[in-house]
Amino acid sequence: MLKQTSYLTHSYDKGDGHKLAAYQLGSGYRGVRKALSMSPEAVIDECKKAHIRGRGGAGFDCGVKWSFMPKPSDKPHYLVINADEGEPGTFKDRSIMEKNPHALIEGCIIGCYAIGAHTCYIYVREELHLSRERLNFAIGEARAKGHIGRTPFGKPFPVEIHVHRGAGAYICGEETALLNSLEGKRGEPRLKPPFPAQYGLFGAPTTVNNVETIAILPTVFDMGGDEFSKLSTLHHFNDGGARLFGVSGHVKKPGLYEACVGLTLRELIYDLGGGILGDRQLLAVIPGGSSCPVHRPDEEVQVLNDPRFLPYNGKSILDLPLGVDTFRGIGSMLGTCGAIVLSDAADPVMAMQNLMRFYRHESCGQCTPCREGCGWIERIVDKVIQGRGSLQEVDQIHRIASNIMGNTICAFGDGAAQPALAFIRRFRSHFEDYIRNGGQSQTRTLAQ
Amino acid sequence: MAFALNAERERELNAILARYPNKMAACIPVLHLCQEGNDNWVSNEMIEYVADKLGLSAAHVKGVVTFYTLFNQQRPGKHQVWVCRTLSCALRGADGILGYCEKKLGIHAGETTKDGKVTLRTAECLAACGTAPVIQVDTAYHENLTVEAVDRILDRLLYES
Repeated sequence: MLKQTSYLTHSYDKGDGHKLAAYQLGSGYRGVRKALSMSPEAVIDECKKAHIRGRGGAGFDCGVKWSFMPKPSDKPHYLVINADEGEPGTFKDRSIMEKNPHALIEGCIIGCYAIGAHTCYIYVREELHLSRERLNFAIGEARAKGHIGRTPFGKPFPVEIHVHRGAGAYICGEETALLNSLEGKRGEPRLKPPFPAQYGLFGAPTTVNNVETIAILPTVFDMGGDEFSKLSTLHHFNDGGARLFGVSGHVKKPGLYEACVGLTLRELIYDLGGGILGDRQLLAVIPGGSSCPVHRPDEEVQVLNDPRFLPYNGKSILDLPLGVDTFRGIGSMLGTCGAIVLSDAADPVMAMQNLMRFYRHESCGQCTPCREGCGWIERIVDKVIQGRGSLQEVDQIHRIASNIMGNTICAFGDGAAQPALAFIRRFRSHFEDYIRNGGQSQTRTLAQ
Repeated sequence: MAFALNAERERELNAILARYPNKMAACIPVLHLCQEGNDNWVSNEMIEYVADKLGLSAAHVKGVVTFYTLFNQQRPGKHQVWVCRTLSCALRGADGILGYCEKKLGIHAGETTKDGKVTLRTAECLAACGTAPVIQVDTAYHENLTVEAVDRILDRLLYES
């Protein structure tokens, strides 16, 4: 159901919206006062009630993740904010850091308090110069006011926030690669277990959260966890609140929209996104960042073993509310809620080639199935487009991708294999056309 | 010649070190600091310098430099231009933008113009998909681009005084 909100985005259009004065005009720094008046355990419980599913793509419940942190000991605890946004189709965190940085900073104080951390690092990808500038400015403002420092809001709980620069590597968005990178090493993911909550940054208990997950906390505590969760029409799926939805590609009004959880792809593409560019037909949609499987609009929801899906069974996938568990239920993935839309002017084989080039380029090279497999898949798709491919090779993509899935240290491998499998499964006839016609296809273009 | 930072950057280096519990964690920020003071590239002398400052082996620092795409191991042009070509940008005409840049600058992606003014590169997803197509010029993003807008941007870089 389409219900637009503006908890994070209300200051986006204002020129000075990123400054403290503008932030405090609204409900700024109200949520954190409430949180600091509670015990850390009560803060975690309140967060659990809000059912904030991690906005970085994995959809793990924020409060539950916090509860994995051990009791305070002689080791320091760390909160690390993942601002290494770079998943194709995703462009939300940058907008928060540039236009509403104080929401993130307020959220960081709440997060630090909940998990017993006195130091927070915000890992921002190198390309986002303006984001870092705005964050550093906001941290300076907050420090000058005493909001961060020795006694935030009079509470003897010191909090310090530092902005850390990346250096250009998509893999550093994977939480353990990010931790290695923050420690000054190559950004190669670590084996899990141990999980960051036991052995994270500098070997100490660490929680890694996405920018948007943390930036929504002030709203959650201002409003109350339960009430926040009920904004969502997927409250009964434990998927609460409101979040940022992106839509890009072949739509008339690409961009970022904030709405209650439970929005459908049809509403995102046609109501918010203004419909398909040039009033063409929708060919395909990738629901939430490029690591999600691609879908066709003629797919039907059929989940027979879960009664919660009864209202959706038989309907088009475009009418299934966008939720972590609704999309998991149909064997897909919600990811970061940044949909990429392809009209029928676009060639799905070339779209797959584009994404496979991305994954080949960004694989860190640590695990053989991913390092070699991503390159093999890209080369096969290249051959198909050049008219030198065969159907056996397209079938081979299935074997290669299946051998990547689950056989790598981190989820990058799965994130590359899933879209590969979905493209060859859902657009096989397009691959056949290329092979039959010696490299010719009806569209052979991506741009409309 | 041995690499050294100027006094201001030296102060900044100490401020960076103060943020972390050990020196190794400062590796990437310090490399950025040094690269910025060296026409945007990392020389072998700089690697030795950073290793020495942070108490690391030069092999570790070199390993870090070669892992990340934004440490230049060769001197780039005065300006660096990245054209995003990942799916959302490609759907909005990134290939045309890249082709235009290559034609106008007379170089291929990955090369630098003969006068040393502009290095042209491709980028994988700059996280600005909703405002595609996008290019990054040095530290600034340019979004919702048309060929005409790119033409003006490149003119500024090529003919600035």
